[in-house]
Amino acid sequence: MKAKIIKKTDIASFLDKLIEDYEAFAPVEMDGLISFEKVSSSSEALLDYPNSKMPPKQLLFPQSETLFSYSSTKDTGELEVPSGPEKPRLIFSIRPCDAMSFTLLDKVFGGDFKDPYYLNRRANTVLVSIGCTTPRASCFCNSVGGGPFSTEGSDLLLIDIGDEYVVQIVSDKGAKLLDKKGFEDTGKEKLDLAAGVIKTAEASMGPGVKTEGLKEKLDSIFDDPVWQQLTEKCLGCGICTYLCPTCHCFDIVDETIGSGGERVRLWDSCQFPLFTLQASGANPRPTGKERFRQRMMHKFSYLLDSCDQIGCVGCGRCITECPVNLDIRQVLNSIAQLESVK
Amino acid sequence: MRIDKVTVETDDWDIKTFSLSFVNQEDEADFKYIPGQFVELSVLGKGEAPFGMASSPTQPGRLEFTVSKIGVVTTALHNMEAGRTVGVRGPLGNGYPIEELKGKNMVMIGGGFGFSTLRALTNLALDETNRDNFKDITVIYGARRPGLLLYKDDLEKWGKRSDIHLHLTVDTGDEEWAGKVGFVPAVTKEVAPSSEEAYALVCGPPAMIKFTLPVVEELGFPPERTLLSMEMRMKCGLGMCGRCNIGSQYVCRDGPVFSLAKLSRLPQEY
Repeated sequence: MKAKIIKKTDIASFLDKLIEDYEAFAPVEMDGLISFEKVSSSSEALLDYPNSKMPPKQLLFPQSETLFSYSSTKDTGELEVPSGPEKPRLIFSIRPCDAMSFTLLDKVFGGDFKDPYYLNRRANTVLVSIGCTTPRASCFCNSVGGGPFSTEGSDLLLIDIGDEYVVQIVSDKGAKLLDKKGFEDTGKEKLDLAAGVIKTAEASMGPGVKTEGLKEKLDSIFDDPVWQQLTEKCLGCGICTYLCPTCHCFDIVDETIGSGGERVRLWDSCQFPLFTLQASGANPRPTGKERFRQRMMHKFSYLLDSCDQIGCVGCGRCITECPVNLDIRQVLNSIAQLESVK
Repeated sequence: MRIDKVTVETDDWDIKTFSLSFVNQEDEADFKYIPGQFVELSVLGKGEAPFGMASSPTQPGRLEFTVSKIGVVTTALHNMEAGRTVGVRGPLGNGYPIEELKGKNMVMIGGGFGFSTLRALTNLALDETNRDNFKDITVIYGARRPGLLLYKDDLEKWGKRSDIHLHLTVDTGDEEWAGKVGFVPAVTKEVAPSSEEAYALVCGPPAMIKFTLPVVEELGFPPERTLLSMEMRMKCGLGMCGRCNIGSQYVCRDGPVFSLAKLSRLPQEY
């Protein structure tokens, strides 16, 4: 692999230099809550943190986004599409699972139909991720195609080897960040150290979920009564979808204030009854059972058909933040143990 | 697009057809569609809602949409008169497989308000530039009562032609009604159109579809030649926003027209 070495004592000046050229976002702690915020100095950014409560997906796919504004609801009203950010953006110290989530969103928003709002922001953003030396108990990235040091979606990956970081160069965009900074190339010894760190981190992780044959199993048990049991304690609050870095369902509404207003895209959730309620009163997913099943099927079956990738990066937020401790790993593993119906 | 004409379709005034023309000529040149496709109609301040084209592309320069007053956007549309402007985003969806239907007999079975895109397809097939491309055309169309039948001008014109078999029916007749009385599935059984070299195109309320499909099957239409236009709540129309899927298929992007063969391979969640 192509890599450079950055001393831990130099990382602050590296980030401060980048902040001059980029609109930089990094995990920041405020009142005990870690979230990705715009930073104006390296001193604000966290490099050693479990993970943010909210995923950084909102930096590319905001929770609320103006698609266009209208000066008047009268027929003569002028429409205006907001201009994107002028400065290129940097997301610094993002976890590999969250960086990987963008590879799925790239396919959703960049398929047959191109979503310019997401894609422009994505093209204008560079991701520097930081590998997870000590994965949390709720992490299961290694069983869903990622890993604590996965480079999927990242431009650079930092690997902590003690007093220094091995900086793995993943893309040309990432390489440009290191240009002219005079960082040393990594020798074999430090690469070996990095490989050891990665190995130890991977070995520390639990079994996670079994995804082998999962899609086929899910497709075969769509009508199985087990969904009722699996759903029983779910409150339908939707926090699992709001905090999921890959969930991307949205609503589009007009918000009028006075004579003008905005057409806004908002995060929505398949866990809400109104999500699929038709004007006629019909609802194809009328109860929690159908909605919970939709979440599982979309993530682990349907997205494989449409995007050739599952809608889960194993970040564990839906596990740690679920108010009734409904663990997606247990759900998937109990499904895996079922006899196929067909 | 500008609203040129508003036609009240039904005696309860709940369904109106809007005839629109393009404000910008370039938009008109870009807008190529086939029956069965739809658009998101937009009223600023109210939002967007999906509507299938009720007009045929053989009548260029205008688009028609039949709107049932049932929600926020549809009510706003119903309150609009000729001369007003609405937004149009589309065309979206796959539409009826015109090339596949060419050289075949078509049996259109429609109920109530679901008839609009079948009307578009019928007018496309009946157009003089197209009529030779299709063989027999049979239309079976029903409504709850005579006053709820849509497109009365078209029905009258079609009734006078010898190259279309038109069967109208109502659930309950009135003194003036001289046509059939009975539900669409029963009338379909009675008319018994031949399934040879034929496609059945079914569009209507869920109960009608549920009872019509067994009749269509009994008449010998294979699932590959039984086409349905599906309805789901939609927002983006682009297969992104996540609500109109049946299994991995988005009704907005992969439909709204599905063969029964394809539908039967998907989860029964619609």
